[in-house]
Amino acid sequence: MADKRTTLAEAVSRLESGMTIGIGGWGSRRKPMAIVRAILNSELTDLTIVSYGGPDVGLLANSGKVRKVIAGFVTLDSIALEPLWRQVRQRGAIELQEVDEGLFYLGLQAAAWRVPFLPARAGLGSDVLARYPEMKTIASPYVDGPFADPADAGATFLAMPALRLDAAIVHANAADTAGNATFTGPDPYFDELFLGAADLRIVTAERVVENGTLDAVGPLAKATIHRLLTDLVVETPNGAHFTSCAPDYDRDEVFQKAYVTAASDPEAWAAFTARYLAGDEATYQAAVLEDLENRA
Amino acid sequence: MRDITRADICIAAAAEAWRGAGEIMASPFGTVPMVASRLAKRTFSPDLVLTDGEAAIIVGAPPITTRPSDLVREAAVPYKTIFSIVWSGRRHIMMQASQIDRFGNQNLSAIGPANQPKVQLIGVRGAPGNSVNHKTSYWVPDHSTKTFVAAVDTVCGVGYDRAEAAGPGATRFHDLPLVVSNLGVFDFSGPGHAMALRSMHPGVTVDEVIAATGFDLHIGDVVETPLPTDEQLAIIDELDPKGARDREVKA
Repeated sequence: MADKRTTLAEAVSRLESGMTIGIGGWGSRRKPMAIVRAILNSELTDLTIVSYGGPDVGLLANSGKVRKVIAGFVTLDSIALEPLWRQVRQRGAIELQEVDEGLFYLGLQAAAWRVPFLPARAGLGSDVLARYPEMKTIASPYVDGPFADPADAGATFLAMPALRLDAAIVHANAADTAGNATFTGPDPYFDELFLGAADLRIVTAERVVENGTLDAVGPLAKATIHRLLTDLVVETPNGAHFTSCAPDYDRDEVFQKAYVTAASDPEAWAAFTARYLAGDEATYQAAVLEDLENRA
Repeated sequence: MRDITRADICIAAAAEAWRGAGEIMASPFGTVPMVASRLAKRTFSPDLVLTDGEAAIIVGAPPITTRPSDLVREAAVPYKTIFSIVWSGRRHIMMQASQIDRFGNQNLSAIGPANQPKVQLIGVRGAPGNSVNHKTSYWVPDHSTKTFVAAVDTVCGVGYDRAEAAGPGATRFHDLPLVVSNLGVFDFSGPGHAMALRSMHPGVTVDEVIAATGFDLHIGDVVETPLPTDEQLAIIDELDPKGARDREVKA
């Protein structure tokens, strides 16, 4: 059986400029930050990012590597507004398509099921429809016959288009060598659908175990990422930092505050970048470890 | 008995959103709505379903200061399940509005032009879907002509005029029962579902409300917002022992 393990550098080398890339997790929760950091130091450019946005979107948008973002929000959860995202938007430096967060789910689901759209009431009457001419509506075909609902006679629905992805990146609590993975925390979010919607599917994980042993990490019912959904597996311990990766670790609120503070001042941001983001993942993790020791 | 603050009055008024709600999910955003939903559950709506704000339904209506590890959980509701609940209609959310207009269109996305906002806020979130699928009320802690505006910059939550224009797919389950601000309580019982002043909080005049509102507010039979009862005040104190509510509400 294929061994899907690879390195962070190799995984990033499979991404190309101009790609539409979906990023799993939600807000400042279980984001594949190790690979986001690696993309920051890559030559990639002209990307479209599709995300339930957190610091992944803030950092990538701020890097100048992103042309367009498709999102329903960008937040740090415990801190409502993402500072880098705010700055980039207020400079008018990026294209945004805003999508209701439920519609976003339907868009990924449609792509994963290989249908062009899924219908919804969500979006009707709002600017997620009115503002984007590429978004369409559809009349219900069930106007008569046994499946017609008189209450919806003449009703039009939003046809949420499939959000097809060139690549998807998600972070799991554990994966195995064959590309199965488990989310042992409280919410799998929509990571399964990100993978299902993408051509190139990358799973990073806190740890990679032997095939057939994910049930030792947690209940098998939590191992909802099966190997039909994955191409590459990368072990990235503490790889979601500073976002949460329950139950392995909580969000690093101290670090997140420092990130927000640094983002408010160009000089402080330059120092933050030099310390945390300019090097490779090992350099980042060493700096984080040093911080922890200094805090104690 | 202790002094009654404006926040206490707002909480008792906001709790009314969930009176008679039965077994539905209450989703409060902000301190006042959060305390209000728990007050409703402790008193007149015991079957309300509340969450831990993460991915589970919690048992009871504990103080808002309760540590996550001390919450008792009764069922898992990851986001995928939340959307099923949204689309089933068994939910009444109380969202905040950075801007709200005469017909209840709401903005929490950005202030200013879409391609280069003056102030980027959190985003549309689930407001478009919430507002056309289940009851959606609003809480505005800082009532002014900057928040109660003639036209919102981005329509996130859908108001009555925009729902009407979108047709029966949007209007079938559209229902905006209540808007509570730090000045008063409002609904959409004005002509053509225009916003109407229902009650002013004690100490606020009609003229103050009109001056702080950037559109033509319908003024019908206006009463004073009732004060919380002693029983309600005791529960509010227990739910919010550190007075977070008084930091959210100006006077």
